[in-house]
Amino acid sequence: RHDDLKEMLDSNKDSLKLEAMKRIVAMIARGKNASDLFPAVVKNVACKNIEVKKLVYVYLVRYAEEQQDLALLSISTFQRGLKDPNQLIRASALRVLSSIRVPIIVPIMMLAIKEAASDMSPYVRKTAAHAIPKLYSLDSDQKDQLIEVIEKLLADKTTLVAGSVVMAFEEVCPERIDLIHKNYRKLCNLLIDVEEWGQVVIINMLTRYARTQFLSPNQNESLLEESAEKAFYGSEEEDTKDAKAEAASLAKRKPYVMDPDHRLLLRNTKPLLQSRNAAVVMAVAQLYFHLAPKAEVGVIAKALVRLLRSHSEVQYVVLQNVATMSIKRRGMFEPYLKSFYIRSTDPTQIKILKLEVLTNLANETNISTILREFQVCHGHTGGTGGQPWHGSGMDKDFVATTIQAIGRCATNIGKVRDTCLNGLVQLLSNRDELVVAESVVVIKKLLQMQPAQHSEIIKHMAKLTDNIQVPMARASILWLIGEYCEHVPKIAPDVLRKMAKSFTNEEDIVKLQVINLAAKLYLTNSKQSKLLTQYVLNLAKYDQNYDIRDRARFIRQLIVPTEKSGALNKYAKKLFLAQKPAPILESSFKDRDHFQLGSLSHLLNAKAVGYQELPDWPDEAPDPSVRNVEVPEWTKCTSREKRKEKVEKPFYSDSEGESGPTESADS
Amino acid sequence: DYFFEAQERASEAENVPPVIPTPHHYLLSVYRHKIFFVAVIQSEVPPLFVIEFLHRVVDTFQDYFGVCSEMMIKDNVVVVYEVLEEMLDNGFPLATESNILKELIKPPTILRTVVNTITGSTNVGDQLPTGQLSVVPWRRTGVKYTNNEAYFDVIEEIDAIIDKSGSTITAEIQGVIDACVKLTGMPDLTLSFMNPRLLDDVSFHPCVRFKRWESERILSFIPPDGNFRLLSYHVSAQNLVAIPVYVKHNISFRDSSSLGRFEITVGPKQTMGKTIEGVMVTSQMPKGVLNMTLTPSQGTHIFDPVTKLLSWDVGKINPQKLPSLKGSVSLQAGTSKPDENPTINLQFKIQQLAISGLKVNRLDMYGEKYKPFKGIKYMTKAGKFQVRT
Repeated sequence: RHDDLKEMLDSNKDSLKLEAMKRIVAMIARGKNASDLFPAVVKNVACKNIEVKKLVYVYLVRYAEEQQDLALLSISTFQRGLKDPNQLIRASALRVLSSIRVPIIVPIMMLAIKEAASDMSPYVRKTAAHAIPKLYSLDSDQKDQLIEVIEKLLADKTTLVAGSVVMAFEEVCPERIDLIHKNYRKLCNLLIDVEEWGQVVIINMLTRYARTQFLSPNQNESLLEESAEKAFYGSEEEDTKDAKAEAASLAKRKPYVMDPDHRLLLRNTKPLLQSRNAAVVMAVAQLYFHLAPKAEVGVIAKALVRLLRSHSEVQYVVLQNVATMSIKRRGMFEPYLKSFYIRSTDPTQIKILKLEVLTNLANETNISTILREFQVCHGHTGGTGGQPWHGSGMDKDFVATTIQAIGRCATNIGKVRDTCLNGLVQLLSNRDELVVAESVVVIKKLLQMQPAQHSEIIKHMAKLTDNIQVPMARASILWLIGEYCEHVPKIAPDVLRKMAKSFTNEEDIVKLQVINLAAKLYLTNSKQSKLLTQYVLNLAKYDQNYDIRDRARFIRQLIVPTEKSGALNKYAKKLFLAQKPAPILESSFKDRDHFQLGSLSHLLNAKAVGYQELPDWPDEAPDPSVRNVEVPEWTKCTSREKRKEKVEKPFYSDSEGESGPTESADS
Repeated sequence: DYFFEAQERASEAENVPPVIPTPHHYLLSVYRHKIFFVAVIQSEVPPLFVIEFLHRVVDTFQDYFGVCSEMMIKDNVVVVYEVLEEMLDNGFPLATESNILKELIKPPTILRTVVNTITGSTNVGDQLPTGQLSVVPWRRTGVKYTNNEAYFDVIEEIDAIIDKSGSTITAEIQGVIDACVKLTGMPDLTLSFMNPRLLDDVSFHPCVRFKRWESERILSFIPPDGNFRLLSYHVSAQNLVAIPVYVKHNISFRDSSSLGRFEITVGPKQTMGKTIEGVMVTSQMPKGVLNMTLTPSQGTHIFDPVTKLLSWDVGKINPQKLPSLKGSVSLQAGTSKPDENPTINLQFKIQQLAISGLKVNRLDMYGEKYKPFKGIKYMTKAGKFQVRT
């Protein structure tokens, strides 16, 4: 079938070979199988022409796994390439060799990587670092040998290698944190000169490292609070002995001094916030969020807000993270409130995330501006007179989210609850059914918190039952009426009458609520509603849905007094009309911060494959001296004070020594 | 396949979620030039890492082929493969600087294709990627020009939301300095500003030395060869932003009749004597609008009855005779009036003005002996400029 191509590949002319290879690559790109050309292509691996060679590599990497025996033919060429005097040829030979996934050549690869790791050229060493995860995924039995190579490469002092080897480290042996100790300071100092992709990987790795090796910078605050509390109790009790012991333990822990290495990391990553690469900025931001003392976290806000100007995909990821951060550290983003205002041109998912952030940021001082913004968003003329501009018909998800956001603001900030409620009630007269339905659901939740004052609203909502078709909203209204039927004694039976009439045509959730309403009315106002209740229960008894049948049977036993029914009957009223706790409306981002920010798992709120859990701060500082490079005998020191003194000294001297050359490289 | 499902579910292309989890993989996508670029991820990786890389790939394609379209990618599939091969190794980015890539694989031009077919030479550079080895990976070695030139464009964009009464809700200035540097050898440049304090938040090309900026507020760098973005900056909302244009509008729909009134006037404000050019007004009309009969005092306007998008190409604004667009809106009979008024989006350009007031003080070169030709241009544009009505 491909005879012409084979012929071309066998010819002597480079141009013909090139043409053939181009056509083959185009075939691969279109998803056609070109594997039967394998022998003809492999022959050309030794071709002098660079472009032909490159295309042959592309082909080889694609098909070598399928045709292992034939792929072996090409190996010798690469082995020769590995000995080439030109570093670039050595590197590319290693690159392709390691990309060929044939188990038989594992020993050859291992040998090549080991050799390359001690190559003169940093570029070849970098390629060796790249090859490590490839070999590991091909044969994980080589782990121990590979770790040796990684250890060797980690000690490398060039910026070129650093990023790649840390990548390999993360892939092969992320649990061997002890390998990092000796290289920690070097990595921190090199960081700024590493290429941007390497920076991301290194920063993420260092975050994990710092979490295991340093004390939490924020523990002091919690400790202070604790001690204040204890002192308070302590003054009442005169147990001096205990207090003394406590004071001693406090004194031991209280003067928290940030480990100089910890400080070094924070200082060296800060300028990277100004990188043009969004991934780097995000990596630094998460590092600060997880590692920095509270007072210093603020610096990242500005950089993150800047990222919001970027492509919409970047915005999406950044907003997700901002949403999580804004729950914990609200003050951080408050000055940038306006950056989260919504534009009509934003895609829906961005709008929803912005709403989320705005809601998280809401507090007593800024709530009025935020609410005005919300009102503009969902396009209704609230009390402020802001003209609507957002199509309520345009974006259903968004409108729904806006209304929920208002609900959340209202629950969180008591002062504005009435304003919100009024706004929502006005929404009830909106023409869009979805808006009305969503508002009903939110109002229901709000009313549960303070039902007494709002019987007006309940009445208003009762009237709506005729018009609203969305089942969830209907169910919510019925529940409300049932729950607060004492506030609206006149209307409630009437609603029940209407509902009884249309019972058979309702959705299941509505039916359940009709039964509930009937039961509650029966208990409070049995004179008017006895017959109705009987009627509804009879209807429900023959319903198709067994949930409804069960519910009907259960309720009948409970409320209708018969000779058999026992003690439960007496408590029916208590059972049904007990005070129900108000629901708590909270952000879906609330618990996300246990994932490392900026990670895929955080974005999806689920553990992704290969996610490395961010460890908790250790209670006791691990021995900081492990990071000392030159002088190992200090590790022997046992006394705490002694060690501290001595540890500080080498740190300063070597940081000066190391920052010197980087500066000179810079200028 | 999962991706296409998600794409179908989203009504508009922009609404496809950038991250889609599937049973075994994760799909990360970016949408640019009406093409989706999708990356498949097997395990945990920072999502921005991937997204940023995809954007870089798109930038590179655009750099290589001029436009980035489906046709272009299909036509150049071999080059695309070669480029991707260089950019990525086993899932880890390798060379992403277009300067280096171009040295490895020369971009296709008509001239070169002609030459290649005649002489039989190739697109792949004969030299090996020496740039990757040097301390300044973004610059290739051995650059030579007869005219040594360095041009800098200061471009600022105003993002603003103006409310109904004409007062500003938010306004921000985002600026970039794009450079085109064609200098021989290894020049070391420094660029200083008259008023560096204005720059509130900056992000740099990797060539800029952070330390000089932190201590002296001077940009010191060895530039890449050719076009690149030196820095982008942000002038914060805290500073007062001068809005150069205003829009007067009067849009009303009546409940009773199926006709509505529509009137827009655009005028200059605080432009420091410069003319406003390239003015373009677009507005998404509500669904109920059937058609619009409008007469502009200048320029041309189009109303698309399907997408309900009104666009009015105004052109230059003459301060003596303000451009306006007047007329009536016909609504679908029987429906009640739309409950919201449309938002107006505005585009414009002002040459020779940086609206924030940023000025470059001087540009010096060290490390080479010749005298370069230097030029600086300023421009202000509308970014996301919206007027709520």
